[in-house]
Amino acid sequence: MDIPYTVQIRPDTGLYNAKVGIWLFLASEVMLFGALFSSYILLRVGAPESEWPHGWLNVPIGTVNTLVLITSSITTVMAWAACKMNQFGRFKFFHACTLLLAITFVCIKSYEYHDKFTHYEITLNDGTIADGHFLENSLRLSNNAYTGSALIQGRIVKDRTELFDLKTHKPPPHQEIRIEGAQIKKMQNYGPFHHTYLAIYFTLTGLHALHVIGGAIVIGFLWGPGSRMWKTQPERFTNRIEISGLFWHFVDLVWIFLFPVLYLL
Amino acid sequence: MDAQAQSPDDFARHVRGYLFVFYALIFGTLVTVGASYIPFGHRAINIGVALLIACGKASLVACYFMHLISERKMIYGIMGFTAFFFLGLMFLTLSSYADFPLNTVTH
Repeated sequence: MDIPYTVQIRPDTGLYNAKVGIWLFLASEVMLFGALFSSYILLRVGAPESEWPHGWLNVPIGTVNTLVLITSSITTVMAWAACKMNQFGRFKFFHACTLLLAITFVCIKSYEYHDKFTHYEITLNDGTIADGHFLENSLRLSNNAYTGSALIQGRIVKDRTELFDLKTHKPPPHQEIRIEGAQIKKMQNYGPFHHTYLAIYFTLTGLHALHVIGGAIVIGFLWGPGSRMWKTQPERFTNRIEISGLFWHFVDLVWIFLFPVLYLL
Repeated sequence: MDAQAQSPDDFARHVRGYLFVFYALIFGTLVTVGASYIPFGHRAINIGVALLIACGKASLVACYFMHLISERKMIYGIMGFTAFFFLGLMFLTLSSYADFPLNTVTH
């Protein structure tokens, strides 16, 4: 069975069908991310200003990831333009670049996630808080008490509010701190459960990362086995590249808002 | 986009435009980061500046990379509905903060 209007323009819409489909899909995506952005606004405005984190994410790394995604957008559009100019070799090159940039983005994001999951806030029995990353860890939890010891690279603060605004109040240089299990009252990493900011950060960036991975799979298919269509139906293949490109630009567009909202403000 | 009707030479001209947009996006990103370190006096102003730059960058991506600047009426219709509901969602979210009962203690 032939799928209609994959190349020809449908008279009533003036477009081929897949283009209408992808724009309708993107409209639903706008509302999906819009709902999460409104959740962010509710959490942000509802939190006391002194308890909303600033500077918890690494701005240079976030900036590099933003540039990676912007670069992947230009390579995507160049790949499509190469198809339109009947330059299949150039298409393969630019699409391979897009794929590599997508993988780079996900790798950098994974590094950032790993950094958060290995970052701990440890409340000690004397009320002070040790905050940092484990260098050594032989702590074990049994009967609601910790045994063993740990060495962290971090700092000790007297008040939890000192941990929130790292942008205005630069933390002192980190040092190695030995902590015995018996000193620990409670301990938690910087995962989604730690703070509402981290909950919305992981939700927004996690959903975005899933879009990046999904888009990368489609781009990888069109670069590899899917590119055979170029030999038999070049116009239809070019339209496929345009559709996948529209999705990819949308992913870039979402990140353009996520970056300042989560990293800078 | 009227891409169906354009010749390969037209696309060669478009490529220059795409590169210009790419440089503008990189510049915009660096300005966003730089502006976030400038104390404008109130955090709300910093938020406004960052979102304004982000809107400018997003417009460039949507208009040129996604070709919205030269699309068919149907796509504008779909995007018009989307913008209406998106702005409605944001308006309802923000207006909920004017909905506290009198004498409510807030932070």
